[in-house]
Amino acid sequence: MLRVIARRLLMLVFVAFAVSVICFAISRLIPGDPAQLVLGPRATPQAIQEMREQLGLDQPVLTQYVRYVSDLSRGDFGTSITTRQPVLGELLSLVPATLELMLAAMLISIAVGVPLGVITAVHQGRWVDTLGRGVAILGISTPTFWIGLMLMLLFYAELDWLPGSGRLDMGLEPPPLRTGLYLIDAALAGQWMVWRSALSHLVLPAATLALATVGTVVRLVRSAMVEVLAEDYIRTARAYGIAPWRITYIYALKNALIPFVTVLGLELASLLFGSVVIETVFAWPGVGSHVLGAILNLDFPVIMGFTVLASVIYVLVNLIVDLTYTFLDPRIQLKS
Amino acid sequence: MGTTPFDGSRWWGMARGPLSKMAFGVIALVVLMALLAPWLSPFDPNAMNLDAVLAPPSWQHWAGTDELGRDVATRIMYGAQPSLAAGLGIVAIGLGLGLLIGTFSGLMAGWVDALIMRLTDVAMALPGMVIALALTAALGPSLLNAVIALGLLSVPAYIRVARGQALALREREFVLAARAMGASNWHLIRAHLLPGVLPPVLVFTTFHLGAAILASSALSFIGLGAQPPMAEWGSMIGMGREYVLGHWWMVVIPGVVIMLTAASFNLLGDALRDALDPRVRKA
Repeated sequence: MLRVIARRLLMLVFVAFAVSVICFAISRLIPGDPAQLVLGPRATPQAIQEMREQLGLDQPVLTQYVRYVSDLSRGDFGTSITTRQPVLGELLSLVPATLELMLAAMLISIAVGVPLGVITAVHQGRWVDTLGRGVAILGISTPTFWIGLMLMLLFYAELDWLPGSGRLDMGLEPPPLRTGLYLIDAALAGQWMVWRSALSHLVLPAATLALATVGTVVRLVRSAMVEVLAEDYIRTARAYGIAPWRITYIYALKNALIPFVTVLGLELASLLFGSVVIETVFAWPGVGSHVLGAILNLDFPVIMGFTVLASVIYVLVNLIVDLTYTFLDPRIQLKS
Repeated sequence: MGTTPFDGSRWWGMARGPLSKMAFGVIALVVLMALLAPWLSPFDPNAMNLDAVLAPPSWQHWAGTDELGRDVATRIMYGAQPSLAAGLGIVAIGLGLGLLIGTFSGLMAGWVDALIMRLTDVAMALPGMVIALALTAALGPSLLNAVIALGLLSVPAYIRVARGQALALREREFVLAARAMGASNWHLIRAHLLPGVLPPVLVFTTFHLGAAILASSALSFIGLGAQPPMAEWGSMIGMGREYVLGHWWMVVIPGVVIMLTAASFNLLGDALRDALDPRVRKA
């Protein structure tokens, strides 16, 4: 077990190095002079020269890289060109909104995807299976940004059942800040009107974001279940006359879900990118819509800050997932 | 998955089944649209018509018109060109580089293979779409740059698939014999490994084509890919977003087209995999 953890931590060092090199390289690819970008088009040549020195752009590339990494490690992600605020603080203040959206999306995609995967595996080859497979293929083939617009068109514009943008109704104050997740904060403060409003605003964007991952979840659970259901111990359980639902949902599902844990970590990548797209569609005030604004304004410190932050979070979450996995499945140790 | 060499009769069998046939049909239709757009539509995709702004679907404009009075159906047909080309371009970059590096890695084995695989592990540990987003923004928003970014980021996945196959093949008698006769590495890759490595990689390519079309349309949707006035499915939806309330056709129809195209490539991938996987065929 210790060896597995040590290997993973060593890998983490390499991945962190790769993230820093890639992000540094991308930030040097940006066309034009970064000093000019920071100061704007009307800056004097002298001011630009001073800014170049201040940013260290007159130094050799290797020195620039070392400086870049040491800045990052101190939490200095640079200053936004449009708002003149430190990038990291601005991004972190928006993380709770995005986190609430992602957690809700993950819950929905598990709640829908796992039962669907099990049902299609149990009824392998029959019409339910074909239907489930069709749904899964449509799920992975549908552009999420488009599904978001469709849901908005239907449930907001046509039926007027759910709100189409923002986190709360107009005129409502956010609940007292504790976690930044409105559902939890409102519940803790006992503000049930705010809670209901927050929930109704969360439904459409979360459902849209869930669609990006539910297809993968169904496919994965199905193939894992098909494999497990063919195992000897399942046949033995059947021979003992144990109730079929018990075999499916207790004996088989427990083992089929082990590989599923890793996928949750990997799916975070589509959730991170999806948040940029979905938050824009639903005007959700999180990290994603902030980054899209930065993209349209060519605010590169914000774009690169987001890339670094998203990569670090992604790598760390997957490390945790991998370690959990070794606990869940003791066979892993033998392989390494 | 076995290292089955190419066999035409198996590929023929995969056209069976109504879903696969539909997928073939949709792809053929989209390709025809891309090739024949100028002959299929009487309209110019970029010609503004201020007398017919935001017109709902009618006999003349059967998918309506957009905010500049351009015919949406025409733009969808012309949009098949950049959308398909982007998908093919991404796949070509991934396939071209990944197949070569992966096969080479599998053939060499030893420390070369170990090095390439560790680099691949590192690359695959990153959130690809997020990096693609930053890379496209840095290269400058354009469809070509989006294709380059998405293509490069898909290389590691191809390396893995190709390398696994090559590693299995390198110990086979015909490869050992060729090596004993003094064949060069390049000859081994070209004549003996690629034919065996290609089929499973092609399955992956088909799946990837659907995903690549979705990814490039997503970048176009947020304004990083195709730039106006180019007719491209993702950017059409991005532009139509502003008008979606009350003018559904600008968004609904291009989205359905993207969905059908991507789903068809995914179904085709399924069919290809089943045709090539001996375990599934027996069942």
